[in-house]
Amino acid sequence: MSLANYLVLAAVLFTIGAIGVLVRRNAIVVFMCVELMLNSVNLTLVTFARASGTLDGQVIAFFVMVVAAAEVVVGLAIIMSVYRTRRSASVDDVNLLKY
Amino acid sequence: MSDVPWLLAMIVVPAVGAGVVAALPAAKAGLARLLALAVSLVVLVLAVLAALAFDPGGPRFQLTSSAPWIPDFGVEFALGVDGIALVMLLLVGVLVPVVVGASWHETSTGKRSMRTFWAWLLALESTMVGVFAATDVFLFYVFFEAMLVPMYFLIGGFGGPNRQYAAIKFFLYSLLGGLVMLAAVIGLYVVSNSQLGEGTFAFDALRQLDIDPGVQKLLFAGFAVAFAIKAPLVPFHTWLPDAGAEAPIGGAVLLVGVLDKVGTFGFLRYCLPLFPDASRELAPWVLTLAVIGILYAALLAVGQTDLKRLVSYTSIAHFGFIALGIFAFSTEAATGAVLYMVNHGIATGLLFVVVGMLIARGGSRRIADYGGVASRAPLLAGVFLLAGLASLALPGTNSFVSEFLVLIGSFPNRPVFTVVATVGIVLAALYVLLVYQRTMHGPFRGVLVAAEDEPPPPSAPAPDGGGATAVLTAPAPRRTAPVRDLSRRELAVVTPLVALVLLLGFFPQPLIALVEPAVQATMSDAGVDPAGTSPAVGEGGTD
Amino acid sequence: METVPATGLLSASWLLIALPLAGAAVLLLGGRRTDRWGHLLATATVLAAFVLGLLCTVQLAGLEGRSAGVELYTFISTGSLDVRAGLLLDPLSAVFVLLITGVGGLIHVYSIGYMAHDPGRRRFFAYLNLFVAAMLLLVLGDSFVALYVGWEGVGLASYLLIAFWYTRPAAATAAKKAFLMNRVGDVGLALAIFVMFAQLGTTSYAGVLGSVGLLAGGTATALGLLLLLGACGKSGQFPLQAWLPDAMEGPTPVSALIHAATMVTAGVYLIARSAPIYDATPTARNVVLVVGALTLLIGAIAGCAQDDIKKVLAYSTVSQIGYMFLAVGLGPVGYAAGIAHLLTHGFFKAGLFLGAGSVMHAMGDRTDIRRFGGLARRLPVTFVTFGLGYLALIGFPFLSGYWTKDAIIEAALDRGGWSGWLLGAVAVVGAGLTAFYMTRLVLMTFFGRPRWEDDVHPHEAPAVMTAPMVLLAVGSVAAGFLLVQVFPLDAWLEPVFGEPAEAAHVVAPAVVGVVVTAVMALGVLAAWLVVGRREVPTTAPARVSPVVTAARRALYADAVNEALVMRPGVWLTRALVFLDNRGVDGLVNGTAAALGGSSSRLGRAQNGFVRSYALGILGGAVLVAGALVAGTTA
Repeated sequence: MSLANYLVLAAVLFTIGAIGVLVRRNAIVVFMCVELMLNSVNLTLVTFARASGTLDGQVIAFFVMVVAAAEVVVGLAIIMSVYRTRRSASVDDVNLLKY
Repeated sequence: MSDVPWLLAMIVVPAVGAGVVAALPAAKAGLARLLALAVSLVVLVLAVLAALAFDPGGPRFQLTSSAPWIPDFGVEFALGVDGIALVMLLLVGVLVPVVVGASWHETSTGKRSMRTFWAWLLALESTMVGVFAATDVFLFYVFFEAMLVPMYFLIGGFGGPNRQYAAIKFFLYSLLGGLVMLAAVIGLYVVSNSQLGEGTFAFDALRQLDIDPGVQKLLFAGFAVAFAIKAPLVPFHTWLPDAGAEAPIGGAVLLVGVLDKVGTFGFLRYCLPLFPDASRELAPWVLTLAVIGILYAALLAVGQTDLKRLVSYTSIAHFGFIALGIFAFSTEAATGAVLYMVNHGIATGLLFVVVGMLIARGGSRRIADYGGVASRAPLLAGVFLLAGLASLALPGTNSFVSEFLVLIGSFPNRPVFTVVATVGIVLAALYVLLVYQRTMHGPFRGVLVAAEDEPPPPSAPAPDGGGATAVLTAPAPRRTAPVRDLSRRELAVVTPLVALVLLLGFFPQPLIALVEPAVQATMSDAGVDPAGTSPAVGEGGTD
Repeated sequence: METVPATGLLSASWLLIALPLAGAAVLLLGGRRTDRWGHLLATATVLAAFVLGLLCTVQLAGLEGRSAGVELYTFISTGSLDVRAGLLLDPLSAVFVLLITGVGGLIHVYSIGYMAHDPGRRRFFAYLNLFVAAMLLLVLGDSFVALYVGWEGVGLASYLLIAFWYTRPAAATAAKKAFLMNRVGDVGLALAIFVMFAQLGTTSYAGVLGSVGLLAGGTATALGLLLLLGACGKSGQFPLQAWLPDAMEGPTPVSALIHAATMVTAGVYLIARSAPIYDATPTARNVVLVVGALTLLIGAIAGCAQDDIKKVLAYSTVSQIGYMFLAVGLGPVGYAAGIAHLLTHGFFKAGLFLGAGSVMHAMGDRTDIRRFGGLARRLPVTFVTFGLGYLALIGFPFLSGYWTKDAIIEAALDRGGWSGWLLGAVAVVGAGLTAFYMTRLVLMTFFGRPRWEDDVHPHEAPAVMTAPMVLLAVGSVAAGFLLVQVFPLDAWLEPVFGEPAEAAHVVAPAVVGVVVTAVMALGVLAAWLVVGRREVPTTAPARVSPVVTAARRALYADAVNEALVMRPGVWLTRALVFLDNRGVDGLVNGTAAALGGSSSRLGRAQNGFVRSYALGILGGAVLVAGALVAGTTA
């Protein structure tokens, strides 16, 4: 398997994630798209780590996973609390912080 | 005696005083002002002692002390004075007690307690001493900016109705200039780093640098913008009439009397010696602004309807004379410029104080609201006239000596500029006599008449405060008119300034002797033969 | 002329200035405590100064070279500028000292009576003393800077005294006008001092006047013209003459001392003192001549149509100082003649003003000569002294004015050529006009039917006022004869101006005397025809010829000043205030507003929608990535 296949897959995943963040309103979906992007980056990291024969990329991928896990906890908590006050999980309804 | 750190003491004493005053309980405003007076008098004594310890024939910088401050960048907390800085410190020492006395019955217009007023006043004194005593360019910059803070609060907290606008305008304008200067200060550091091997901010080391002409011009411009705003030179002047008009009288005296002198002081101390070539080359531009300022501001002063704005505009005209003296590149003119800084501080300080006393009686700043005051308050009118005459540089007053020196020293090098500037003395007579005639001469009329018809204080629109009342109103059976002549407190405030105006008018030589060596050193840094005017400026010197 | 350090009494000559100055200081600082005896102290100091001046002059006369200097202290010394405060006593300053303290002392005595009931008497005497001190400094100083200090000092005293009754708006305005027009002249004097320093490196008389030869011709001319500008301002000469008549708003003793006898002649002193400069520049000297001749005529013409007793005398002063300028403009032949006329004029004009003051005192401070008339019998002493002053002024044979004015006319004719004839003719015509307006004044005041208003009860002034008038009248009669025939002034002044020039006598002096006397008689006759023969209307006729209107308005001097200076000035000031508030400050505030506005506009991008922020992040990331790619491939 050549390097290119992994990278293309990662790029596709990242694009799906980015588009999802931009076009979807549901906070849960947006959240999952963010995860998708993170994981596409993880994939890239692992790919390059394997190609160059070092472990650095894999270590960083672990870090990313740990941070992502922490982020999920905080993020879901925020979404829950927003949902409780607004009866909605749409990100467009949370727009009080502006000019 | 020269081992005593006089300068450090002059910075620390008012700073500590400010802290103590600020920590007093709000109810003890009376104690606060007593404390402020005591501290300012201590500083005056320190200034006089420092002057006695100073040897005019000795090395250029004396009473020096220094301590490492930010060693990584070569910044030192270095203090020291030459004759020029010393006389400015004496001016600060004299003016602050006068200001305290003049503000004795000042009442707060905003929510702040007067205790904070006194605290800011002392803090201002501390920074003013620092800015003149610093011999490290970075330290100078720090004090230069630090001065803004107390003045901002003095104007914004205790000024007239439009004080917020004036304070913010003053602060932003000065800050802008200061930031440009900061860039130039850093530039100096970079240049010194490349030339000396290690960066420094010490004035004496920077003086030795040989800076590339192009770089010189840039750095000169950086400093000059800050000083031109501070001085202020036309067209950077519009903050001063607002600030001068809205500031409380004490603030206005220090603003025009001392703070603005930092600009001209900076030109003389930093621009000329550090960037001699650039100063020489760009002098015509500065001179043009200076001379325009003399005529322009004088004409504007004639057209003002507000007493305090008028005094502010007269000061702008006077700063034109100072700049002319500095950039004429002659010992006589530069000596005159230094004297002008001191004399203007005294004369315009007196003028502002007297105007403040008039306003305290009438409660209005409009010239049209007064008339014929001389018939009710002859002493007030007399002091007003004397201050005015000092402003128009009548011989016998201190300003004459300085204006004469500036003009006669500038004439050989810059005849055209000098001739145009000399026309300014007619305009000076016009704005002084016009406002004197309008307020003091003629039949008694205006707001003061209305004040006399009202029942006597306490509810009257704030004529002079308690001290005057205490002195002058014995329990009289019939109603006494509220328009009173100067009270004993007010006399005590103006007397030192009046005495200085006359004394320095007839016997200026001791002051000149104190200043001259420093001026000569500055001139030789700037590449001028310090002995005299004639051929020193050479081909660049004719208009 | 060799100046020696002063010894003996001469070294105490600084007391001349210090005495009146101390008097002024005591009166001003002492406050109401000195109300009761302040005027006496003031008078005593001036009289003491007179005695001292007399003694100094006597000692000076015995001194070889008749010139003594007194070093006081270093005033300003920096760089190559060295100004010392020092005094110079020489024949020229000595005669001025005697004039100032002598006439000044008499006027102080007169003022004791004149100001007796004025609440501001102490202030008046303080200012008067201040004036005497400053005037003495002006004439005694040994450098142009000292002269300048005194010059401005007398200007201040003049301002204070014109505005003495400051509650009257006219007085306040007149004082301001006087000071401002003087300041215009002062610019000239100041610039002259700058030129001296730039060219010669000194400002002392000895240094400047001794090295005039080093100056280039153009510089000397410039110097002469600048000094002339200063002299014109102080002496009320064309084109700066308009302030002097207005200055009559001051109390009459002030008009007598400052605006007739002493201060306004300072310009003549300045030009005479700078004689070596003018000797080096015929151009500047000719300008002095023209100024003098023009002013002589302007003053005389305006004097013919005034109805205010003090204004007539004021225009007469303008005109007589014109004669003095004419004299000193003639050069060495005229210097002594000009100074002689200055001295006699000091006597008779001061006497005339004091007489006018006495008339006003009698008439309840009215000054309109159309409401006087027939006062000769009610005020006999005033009439006689005023009459003697009048005769002296118009040049009645063998009185003061005759001797000194004739000398000037002769000197003008001696110039020769067409300019000599022209100047002589102008001076003779001026003499005729002088006779006309003064005769008109005397006839309308002292003769004819009384035209008094109902509440006026004229009475003679007290002795303290009449005594100085009598003394001045004696001076008016005798001074000319004494100065020309007995103690020749030109010989006394020889150390200053050099040997008296041998007169050329283009026209024989006897002929000149006869012609001038005839013209004078013509003027007297004309005046009698106009106002003596007929009844004088109590209000000025409205329908008069344009010539009379022009004369009444002093040849439109005020109108010209107003149109050329005042109105454009007011307009310019208003325009500049607008420009500064809207233009310069507008630019500052505009910048601030633009910054504030753009910040609030840019802030709109923060709309609160998370997804648009995300789009922004994405766009930024793409840009950065694109830049990186472009960077590596390029």
